[in-house]
Amino acid sequence: MALINVKTKEVQIKIVYYGPGRGGKTTNLEYINKKYREQIKTEMVSLKTQDDRTLFFDFLPFDVGQIKGFDVTIQLYTVPGQVKYNATRRLVLRGVDGIVFVADVQQEQRNKNIESLNQLYENLETYNLDLFSIPVVMQYNKIDLKSSGVPIVPSKVLQKDLNSLLRAPAFEASALRGGNVTPTLKKIISMTLASIQDQLF
Amino acid sequence: MLNQSQLDAIDQLIIDNLIQSGLDHVIFMDMAGNTIAKHDNGQNKLDSTAFAALAAGNFAAVDAMAKLVGESEFSLLFHKGEKSSIHFSKVNEENLLISMFNKDISLGLVRLKVAQTIEQIDKILTGDKS
Repeated sequence: MALINVKTKEVQIKIVYYGPGRGGKTTNLEYINKKYREQIKTEMVSLKTQDDRTLFFDFLPFDVGQIKGFDVTIQLYTVPGQVKYNATRRLVLRGVDGIVFVADVQQEQRNKNIESLNQLYENLETYNLDLFSIPVVMQYNKIDLKSSGVPIVPSKVLQKDLNSLLRAPAFEASALRGGNVTPTLKKIISMTLASIQDQLF
Repeated sequence: MLNQSQLDAIDQLIIDNLIQSGLDHVIFMDMAGNTIAKHDNGQNKLDSTAFAALAAGNFAAVDAMAKLVGESEFSLLFHKGEKSSIHFSKVNEENLLISMFNKDISLGLVRLKVAQTIEQIDKILTGDKS
């Protein structure tokens, strides 16, 4: 749940990038960190293994200005995507306000996307949160691989696999090249802010 | 959400009980990693936003480990460094109090002051006026 501090007039919002391993969650944050460097006061924190896999989370806070007199800080987190780290994924979801689900469009990852989304639903349930009632944006990442001849799942199929019930806004993206990273981020921020607006008076 | 008078009272408690006792930094935060109140002695800089995120992760990981060994919780954590140390204490199910202090202060004093502060913060949060 967003933290609203009436004394310091600050709002802190937690957005988590979730999805299967090696799907591009960290790459999304790295791109944002590079592109919006001047708005970001601190270094990006990455807790990773020696071979650069996320071990616990990446963390990137940045300011988006004022809303109704409150200074709004967005805190972006990623979860570790590897199957064995589910306990850690669940911990990172605590207090989440909005989710970007980063799916990997590669054909061989098709089932992993579905499994990861199902697990997200279960993990949110442990905090009494419903995936269907919190802001979610879908991102179909690595779309650039299509031009290199790598077999990918068409977005229409991914929409059916992952988004037929959820009906969340979806973007085809290339986190590595920055394609649609910013629109994804803007969408989740605006949806999350809209969802907490009633709490700001 | 905490109201203005609760936040004022918590700020005052942290300053009077902890900062004035010689602690370097104190952060009162929620388990999701959001800072609610932060105070320091004005001498050392700290990236408190990142610190709070890491502290929440650290505490949550240790809490999950406690469950695995059959403990309901490890309510207190302490990391000792050469020059400064960090003391984590659970206030309630939702909040943590993190204190950083240098080698001039004993852990015993910190624990005593933190325990008193937590008790008082808890009263503020639950609206107990006694």
